[in-house]
Amino acid sequence: RRPVEKLSLCCRGHRQSASRPPKHVPRAERTGFSPAAASKCDWIGPPDRLSNLRPIIYHIPENETPLERTLRHLRQDTEDWSHEFWTNQNFTFSKEKEEHVRSQLSSKGLSERDDDGRKRTLSSEEMAVFYKHFLDKNMTRHASYNREWYGRNFTITLLMARVALHNTWRTLTGQTRGTGREKGKST
Amino acid sequence: MYKTPCSRLTGVWKCLLRDGLLGVSVQQRLIANASRSHMSVRSLIQLCRKNQTEWITFQHFCFLKRQYVKSSSGLCQRAGPKQEPVASVLDDPDDSVVSQVQQIPALKPEPEAARAARLEARQWKELKVEYSDLPGIYARLSKIKLTALVVTTAAAGFAMAPVPFDPVTFLMASVGTCLSSCTANSINQYFEVPFDSNMNRTKNRPLVRGQISPLHAVSFALACGIPGVTLLTLGVNPLTGFLGALNIFLYTCCYTPLKRLSIANTWVGAVVGAIPPVMGWTAATGSLDPGALLLGAFLFSWQFPHFNALSWNLREDYSRGGYRMMSVTHPSLCKRVALRHSVGLIGLSALGPVLDVTTWTFPLVSLPINLYISYLAFRFYHNGDRQNARKLFFCSLWHLPMLLLLALTCKKRHVPQDEAAVAPSTPSLAL
Repeated sequence: RRPVEKLSLCCRGHRQSASRPPKHVPRAERTGFSPAAASKCDWIGPPDRLSNLRPIIYHIPENETPLERTLRHLRQDTEDWSHEFWTNQNFTFSKEKEEHVRSQLSSKGLSERDDDGRKRTLSSEEMAVFYKHFLDKNMTRHASYNREWYGRNFTITLLMARVALHNTWRTLTGQTRGTGREKGKST
Repeated sequence: MYKTPCSRLTGVWKCLLRDGLLGVSVQQRLIANASRSHMSVRSLIQLCRKNQTEWITFQHFCFLKRQYVKSSSGLCQRAGPKQEPVASVLDDPDDSVVSQVQQIPALKPEPEAARAARLEARQWKELKVEYSDLPGIYARLSKIKLTALVVTTAAAGFAMAPVPFDPVTFLMASVGTCLSSCTANSINQYFEVPFDSNMNRTKNRPLVRGQISPLHAVSFALACGIPGVTLLTLGVNPLTGFLGALNIFLYTCCYTPLKRLSIANTWVGAVVGAIPPVMGWTAATGSLDPGALLLGAFLFSWQFPHFNALSWNLREDYSRGGYRMMSVTHPSLCKRVALRHSVGLIGLSALGPVLDVTTWTFPLVSLPINLYISYLAFRFYHNGDRQNARKLFFCSLWHLPMLLLLALTCKKRHVPQDEAAVAPSTPSLAL
């Protein structure tokens, strides 16, 4: 049952030389992977190159209840929202770090590369100034992400619990769905 | 994953290539093919020479570099061979090339197991539980090594209490503490999934990898926490149960969110670390004696040189992940606090005989290790570099078990009738 994997090779070895943050790519295009039609599970992929989060492709069962649909949409939406935040964060971090290194080196009168052609790096103390600045600058943004993440995480877990209980109840009372969906904590 | 790019290697790579990106990809493919088919150095050089006779390949360069370094003793591996001409600089932004280069530092083929693991990590996987993996997953979810340390400190607290040793209570206290710690750690990981994904240290945790669902993790936490706290409350005593529940709350609802909001998280974390030995003591005696607080104070103070030194070398990851740690936002405070508390350990050791917890020999025998950690903390304070931070951190790892062991050997022996006199009137503890 090994599905055909079409890993998105265009992402490998691709450096973000643009000065703009990468555009938010829709999930199907982004992952370039489709599970086999017979698969009844969700699939989780390797960490995304930009956001380091692992994308999930959700299986849509035939008789999906409204509750399950809500759960799936919420999870998908949270993933996309998280992905966008972290892509932006990581990109901004790298870009500002480069700028900081460049400006520090130029203020010292040094070129970006030394005589051997190696890229110059700053000492950890000089970098520490940048790390502190980055944290302070983004404090409000981080705080609001945290708040929303906690809320979403909690809601998703509650919904999962409701779906699990609902399915367990239906199985116990003999109602079948014909999809063979795993019940309880298996997902 | 190559998360600490070797800028030297990158630089060397760059100075060797002369042409454009075409050359880069050719070379990349050559290296990749070579590593896969386990080619020898000689055949690789010949292959590269066939393609670009005027190029110096990385392998060739390494080979010559080693020759040069071997012949001139006392040089570090960074030395470049002086007789080789260095080609012009090429800007090489391709990260995958760097990662390919870093596969062959020793000119050995990549071990099959490592390669298989690396390829396997990039596969898509079904999101379902592998029941055979569950014990390992639960171990990682509950941070089993940290839990073991917590149980050890609780056991030390139990052993230091001046009452006859009761094995049943000891067992129940240990199991209860273990379960409470598992709960706290699981909830912590449940809260931190996107942040853990973005930090190198934590990106292989079970929830990040999707090995279990968030609901599963929460259920596991409840399945550990409820029996754990109940066992402590009913099987040991209510005070210990309360402390266990308090600790879970402090860790999950105070420390974990605070990590991203304020540097106060370190102090809260130090209290969380201090509570287990107090729990061990209260499990034995049933009351919160000054001796218990002293043991808690040891753990509290120890936490600062330990954590501050650890976080010093993780500043980039913390910054990118949005964690507010002293080492990033208040570096001088970080060093000062580490030093202050390392020296404070000497003072706390001196309180041992004062509070009738240990004999007078304890401050003397613990003086060498306390002085040593203070010395390392001073070096860290003065220099503030990665090397000293590492030394301080590794010292803290053996310092704590040693300190507890010495305390145990210097424990004040009480005859049973003196149990009532265990809690003398005490000076207030300045923590």
